[in-house]
Amino acid sequence: MNVLRVLSGIHFKTVLKYTIRRLLLVIPTLFFVALITFGLAKAAPGSPFDRNPDKPPKQEVIDRWNRFYGLDKPVHEQFILYIVNVAKLDFGLSVVRQRPVVEIIGQGFPVTAQLGIQALLLALAIALPLGVISALKQNTVIDYVSLFFATIGTTIPSFVMAIFFIYLFALGLKWFPITGWGTPQHLVMPTVILAMGAAAFLARITRASMLEAIRQDYVRTARSKGLREQVVVVGHVLKNAMIPVATVVGPATAGLITGSFIIETFFSVPGMGREYVRSILSLDYPVIMGTTLLYAFFIIIANLSVDLVYGMLDPRIKVAN
Amino acid sequence: MATASTTQERSAELNVLARKQRSLWGDAVYRLMRNKAAVGGLIVIAAAFLVAIFAPLLAPYDPILINQPVASQMEPQWTGSKYTDARFLLGTDFLGRDILSRLMYASRVSMVVGFIPTAIVFGLGVTVGLVAGFFGGWIDQLLMRFTDIIYAFPDFLFLIIIVAAFRQSAFGKVMDGLLLIFVAIAVVGWVGVARLTRGQVLSLKEREFVEAARSVGATSRRLMTKHLLPNALAPLIVTAAFAVPSAILGEATLSFLGVGIVPPTASWGGMINEGFPLFSTNPWAVLMPALCISVVMLAFTFVGDGLRDALDPRMKT
Repeated sequence: MNVLRVLSGIHFKTVLKYTIRRLLLVIPTLFFVALITFGLAKAAPGSPFDRNPDKPPKQEVIDRWNRFYGLDKPVHEQFILYIVNVAKLDFGLSVVRQRPVVEIIGQGFPVTAQLGIQALLLALAIALPLGVISALKQNTVIDYVSLFFATIGTTIPSFVMAIFFIYLFALGLKWFPITGWGTPQHLVMPTVILAMGAAAFLARITRASMLEAIRQDYVRTARSKGLREQVVVVGHVLKNAMIPVATVVGPATAGLITGSFIIETFFSVPGMGREYVRSILSLDYPVIMGTTLLYAFFIIIANLSVDLVYGMLDPRIKVAN
Repeated sequence: MATASTTQERSAELNVLARKQRSLWGDAVYRLMRNKAAVGGLIVIAAAFLVAIFAPLLAPYDPILINQPVASQMEPQWTGSKYTDARFLLGTDFLGRDILSRLMYASRVSMVVGFIPTAIVFGLGVTVGLVAGFFGGWIDQLLMRFTDIIYAFPDFLFLIIIVAAFRQSAFGKVMDGLLLIFVAIAVVGWVGVARLTRGQVLSLKEREFVEAARSVGATSRRLMTKHLLPNALAPLIVTAAFAVPSAILGEATLSFLGVGIVPPTASWGGMINEGFPLFSTNPWAVLMPALCISVVMLAFTFVGDGLRDALDPRMKT
């Protein structure tokens, strides 16, 4: 937010220039993300071909595999080759599963996206009414109860929450299957648990932002000229209170996408996140690189969207230099 | 007494009542202590510390002592299930290890992992942020470009990549993997603190009191340590208070995914990882560490919220 300064007026030309400059920065940033990930993956001792300690493959077999995947070349050559290929949208072959990385991500991504979008919609459906009501009824029982749930939602880690949910709803009440993917029943628990953190976060922001808006002079003016309470709340308070909320939906979405890999691993959901964890445990470099780059891309876009959405929604904000 | 300086002295002299004076920090402590949730959180944290320190005295068994097959997968006493054993209050895990003892020893991992990396993160981050914000120039440019890159990495992804890369090296096995986790959390966390400190310094260094100090010839070092740092401290303390539980969570998540603390050393996340495949047979082996993580995380959050409200009432939401 430090790039934003409160000044009067909005200049679309500046915003456009700013957007282009930020977009151009995406590529070098991704390059460094690739460099760091590549360096770390290469620093890891061991090779993806010796994961089975009971049946170590013969050295000549390992050598042949290394040649096939280009792992026998010097590290800097491997990196340059990788970057050149990525520029052509070729992310290489999975070392462990002998399939193109694009295919693996292509299969996992729709699942992760579905989970993420469901969770986002659910989170908004819970958070907005909860935040608004608790701000309008500040310091009442409703407010305290919803604040308490928001605190729990932001504090308890998702996999711990998942344990309590499974114990209660899968083992105890037997409403949902424990793990797996495919039927609508399988969707419920991962979606709800993934949504919880985001819902709690968004509810807190909504409440704080509503409270801020309620105390503004224009709200007092609206009341004093005799507008009905409903009109004041919807037309004056809510409209302005939604600006900060809108700006955090981007990061919240990025959080949902990247946060889903724990949930996916936990519930055996065949998404990108599970592939990510699996690739890290098996040192499958190409899959590690591909998924990390995609994740980083989402984070960058989400961070960029905050600044731009803020500039568009709030005419008081001007993008400074 | 013409030299009477404090309000108390002057009020005593004039024989009038004066409100007891409290310093800014004293005031903050007073406000914190009136916050029931924060005090409750502090008590829980203190208790967790005591358990961690005295685990060898409190724990009924050796946490890695295997009682198989006589007493594996025992359930806690109160469940009344036929799979209980009077010797094990909270039951045993799949290898027949006493769960209560493991929980107690695991609290050591969580407490250490909460505080040591946070101390490293703040030592490093505050120093770099102060210097970058104060002097500007290429140090500042370098820091900002570097944070741009680090910010593109989701925190936890970065953490898991570092840990996964080094966990099988000799370094990754030092102190059952704790050292690697310290370093990884520090590497991921310090930039955020540096950026926060830098922002604070940038806004503070134009203020009159800094100008005044500079005009009477204060050195850069004095300006930074005596004027800028104390005034930037409040948001840093609040951030630190939240950094501790997030480090604990980081370790728990890594151990849960199987890349954290090296078994057989007990950690709450690791206990969940080990118990989860048999969750439906013996849920308590998983529920107990999950409960411990929840309680400790909530305690730290309450203290963090309390500190934020106490240090800056304007930030109260």
